[in-house]
Amino acid sequence: MLKEGELKIPSGCAISGIIDKKGNKFNGEEIIKSIALMHDRSNGLGGGFAAYGIYPDYKDFYVFHIFYENSSIKTQTEDFIKKHFDVEKAEYIPTRPVPNIVNIPLMWRYFVRPRVQTCVSEKDFMDESEFTSRCVIKINTDYKGAYVFSSGKNMGTFKGVGYPEDIGEFFMLDTYEAHMWTAHGRFPTNTPGWWGGAHPFTILNWSVVHNGEISSYDANKRFVEMYGYKCTLKTDTEVIAYLFDMLVRKHNLPIKKAINVVSAPFWDDIEREKSEEIKNELRSIRAVYASALVNGPFSIILGYEKGMIALNDRIKLRSLVAAEKSTRTYVASEESAIRIICDNPEKVWSPRGGEPVIALLEGE
Amino acid sequence: MKTIDALGVYYRDLNSLIDNSIKTEGDITLKNVFGQRYIGRGLPKEASLKIYGTPGNDMAVYMDGAEIEVFGNSQDAVGNTMNCGKIVIHGNCGDTLGYAMRGGEIYIEGNVGYRAGIHMKKYKEMNPVIVIGGKAGDFLGEYMAGGAVILLGLNLAKDEDIIGRFCGTGMHGGVIYLNGTPDKYRFGRETAKSVNITTEDVLFLRKHIDFYKKSFNKRLNNLKVESFSKYVAINKNPYSSMYCIH
Repeated sequence: MLKEGELKIPSGCAISGIIDKKGNKFNGEEIIKSIALMHDRSNGLGGGFAAYGIYPDYKDFYVFHIFYENSSIKTQTEDFIKKHFDVEKAEYIPTRPVPNIVNIPLMWRYFVRPRVQTCVSEKDFMDESEFTSRCVIKINTDYKGAYVFSSGKNMGTFKGVGYPEDIGEFFMLDTYEAHMWTAHGRFPTNTPGWWGGAHPFTILNWSVVHNGEISSYDANKRFVEMYGYKCTLKTDTEVIAYLFDMLVRKHNLPIKKAINVVSAPFWDDIEREKSEEIKNELRSIRAVYASALVNGPFSIILGYEKGMIALNDRIKLRSLVAAEKSTRTYVASEESAIRIICDNPEKVWSPRGGEPVIALLEGE
Repeated sequence: MKTIDALGVYYRDLNSLIDNSIKTEGDITLKNVFGQRYIGRGLPKEASLKIYGTPGNDMAVYMDGAEIEVFGNSQDAVGNTMNCGKIVIHGNCGDTLGYAMRGGEIYIEGNVGYRAGIHMKKYKEMNPVIVIGGKAGDFLGEYMAGGAVILLGLNLAKDEDIIGRFCGTGMHGGVIYLNGTPDKYRFGRETAKSVNITTEDVLFLRKHIDFYKKSFNKRLNNLKVESFSKYVAINKNPYSSMYCIH
């Protein structure tokens, strides 16, 4: 075995995202080509994709993508699902054999509608999204060996252990049509490379791919766990998905304010702010949501039903480039990963630290 | 002159091709470059590269005298620990440009990302220089120990600033010349504006601005050396008391 110094691993995780803001759909070939260009940023221990708009025939159904470690946990989990949801369709997630993709868990997907009435008592009213998210968290916490890795409507994540281009080939992403794709190539540094630990991480329609490390993880984890979330996937990134779900879905914050929470301006920048109103608002956000500030080096791409958001930590310790052409917005860790799929973009720029790239579907 | 089509060529193979080519032919043109890393690593004086496309991270790492001209944007860590030589980029550049650069010159036509000139240094006759046509991101000249960064601030929109924040944080040597005088809050506490602009400073600025004009075929009649400010380290050895017992 080569020792440290004899072996160069030029790694650092890779992210890429594409959205067509008019909602035009395209298959997964472009996003695979983009993430594959940054092959050397990952090390084969994780790759994954999120695709939005892929299940138009079932657009009102929640779609659970689930990994099972064995068939007995599958039976138990399906009993739970059938008790709480009407299952319209259940099937094996289609794949094709790829030599580098091995040790594959059982993978099933379920198109479901929640039976909300089964869980609603008068003192504890829940809407269907809250009900569904609690069920997802319950499976991931209590059903050992079962992991719901996708639970949104008309979207899905596809991920596993391998290089992202192999994972994309394995899940046959060329056969799906989406208006938005995000992708991740993983180089795990602090946590194991396993199927559930590959990016994207999701809850309901939220998905997140992430390059970096969250040094505020424990504070963030404690905070979301007070609101009923459970961090079960042995990695820091999942907490970002829960933070956004909590801030936007549960606390009704507009997306820009949610961004101010996780990537809050520095106190001295707030003090220099001229408008008293904005100043007070930013002070309040930092005071109320101190534990939701995400610290440490990161670049992330968030997907949700309205579109795509890319964001860096406030002092930009990870790279992020954005581009626009016609109805599309692109973001990636490296400019070349955009240019390989986009000739002559109309605009290319490096977002500042803490300054989001917000690319929403028309009308959102 | 030899031309290499880099489309789809893995970075190691591309760099080996360059190594083999310079044994017989010093002038090489690379076409269709998409993100291959380490192009021009350790390249000696005899070589000269013209690059079309988007070269990958660590372009010209440890470069040792060669000349590189890029027709397009570059990514992160251009000129990482470069020893000597010259780089001219007809476009923008990513983060950590000139990372720990030890010598040579880099000219960027447009803007650069965060942490340009981080920990660049000088030694005896080796004095690295970075000239940036547009603006720079935060942490320009972070931990800078020597050499010079010149920022021209050309073609900025009204809402754009020539530098971001934390300029010169941890700086303990070298010089940053900025076209204009940004607000004080944008600088790190280890950096201060120098009132002492000497004839040598003016000659140094003129020389490098002239090369910028020539390289990018610009006239820049409105650019005046008199409007530049000079920023230097307050203390040459700011952390000595942290680590040594006196």
